[in-house]
Amino acid sequence: MNQMDAVQQRLLQEVADLHDIPEGAYNLRANGVSVGRQTTAHIDIQSKADGSGIDIRVKAGTKNESVHIPVVLSESGLKETVYNDFYIEEDCDVLIVAGCGIHNCGEQDSQHDGVHRFFIGKNAKIRYVEKHYGSGEGEGQRILNPVTEVYMEENATAEMEMVQIKGVDSTQRTTLAKLDAGAKLVVRERLMTHNQQQALSIYKVELNGDGSSADVVSRSVARDQSYQKFDACILGNAACSGHTECDSIIMDQGRILAVPSLEANSVDAALVHEAAIGKIAGEQLIKLMTLGLTEAEAEEQIINGFLK
Amino acid sequence: MLELKSLTFSAETDGQSVDIIRNLNLEIQDHQFVVITGPNGGGKSTLAKLIAGIESVTSGQILYNGEDITEKSITDRAKMGIGFAFQQPVRFKGLTVLDLLRIAAGKKLTVSEACQYLSEVGLCAKDYISREINASLSGGELKRIEIATVLARDVELAVFDEPEAGIDLWSFNNLIRIFEKLRNSDKKRTVIVISHQERILNIADRIVVIADGQVMKQGTKDEILPEIIGTTYAQNMCRGAE
Repeated sequence: MNQMDAVQQRLLQEVADLHDIPEGAYNLRANGVSVGRQTTAHIDIQSKADGSGIDIRVKAGTKNESVHIPVVLSESGLKETVYNDFYIEEDCDVLIVAGCGIHNCGEQDSQHDGVHRFFIGKNAKIRYVEKHYGSGEGEGQRILNPVTEVYMEENATAEMEMVQIKGVDSTQRTTLAKLDAGAKLVVRERLMTHNQQQALSIYKVELNGDGSSADVVSRSVARDQSYQKFDACILGNAACSGHTECDSIIMDQGRILAVPSLEANSVDAALVHEAAIGKIAGEQLIKLMTLGLTEAEAEEQIINGFLK
Repeated sequence: MLELKSLTFSAETDGQSVDIIRNLNLEIQDHQFVVITGPNGGGKSTLAKLIAGIESVTSGQILYNGEDITEKSITDRAKMGIGFAFQQPVRFKGLTVLDLLRIAAGKKLTVSEACQYLSEVGLCAKDYISREINASLSGGELKRIEIATVLARDVELAVFDEPEAGIDLWSFNNLIRIFEKLRNSDKKRTVIVISHQERILNIADRIVVIADGQVMKQGTKDEILPEIIGTTYAQNMCRGAE
């Protein structure tokens, strides 16, 4: 932490709510190098031999522990791809906080592509929080292309919260998941784009075991001239249940393409998709104005609530 | 005091301009409980919206405590102490009951303060405080939360647009209780309720009958209610119009 400057510390606060060194295991990466790491008796973090990323191993039965692996970039023109693998053994219950903050004041693009693979053992449970944030006045773009792969064994549970509210110019998020019997995946994505920003969010979830379930819900706001694409496909290959929902507010000249899709390959698969895109309802603004807010304040409250 | 002077509101219907409110004059005295009734399509709800600033008058003047508010925005009027409860309460994805009560109060209400407003409208606070104001709430629940937001604003003039619309009989009985409480509360408020319901008319200080965009008659409850009872504008929720 001591090696991080004020800009990096602010980024860290935005993406991981960290004001200080986190409790438990962590690996902090700044401008392409690890600047701090701690392991615990139950959670090990090792650099990959080829230096392309880290392996995080959580021993069987580990409960109520956390792993923080935030990344910050404050150097203009830095481009990196990092591969992080999480091996969560049986019967664990852990919190994993990832996320990336980019501050780009320069002319060149800064880019971080994080590839996270999760191997979640039987009956293990993870909660995964990933926040993206960008800042800086430079002409250079702030680009994030995260790939998340989730492999879930019997009765494993993963709750994933993906948040990108501010400052990322271009993002393509790809999430792939494969679920064995009884496994449960819950995804909550919150996204807001401004100016000329582009955000693509792609999900492919395979429900391969009986009793597996997935609930993938995205709430997003597209402002100014920004563009979003939400493309979620759930495949039901067994007696499973899947639900995907995209709920969006569109403003200014924003554009949104929602492509929810379902593929049932088993007669016992129960799959549902929903998608709704619309501007803020006039009556919502009027209601809050009758409570004393200006139109701009009302708009802000509605968006804050929607993305909460 | 609220004064409506020569108020006219026109709207375009099928390419033609129709006067919904026609040269209407009305005075509402402070701290009175006034029920506005009249036939459907007579302009009652429009009048309520004109008072709150949700619709703009075509001509005429609205004075509130002597000040001309005709050109003032919804927000300005709200800040002057005018509250408005919608006939169809608005739903919000993501905003909770507590969020809305805090916005209404204009300050960071504590949970226990917010719960008090919910208790006043007969809702068990702990069940509702963190609920989202979305489709999971029934019409009666929404209506009561709507009223709670008006109470939380601590308004001087509260306008309720057909509070009985879209609720069942059980909720209606609760609603009457809320209005009776509002009527008898120590807090001095001016209350205007748009309603056809006999039981709401029955707790009025004054009744105003509006038809064809004009005041057809007005007076104390004892003067007006006997004349209109049993008509479509003084209905009994249990029996319907007779």
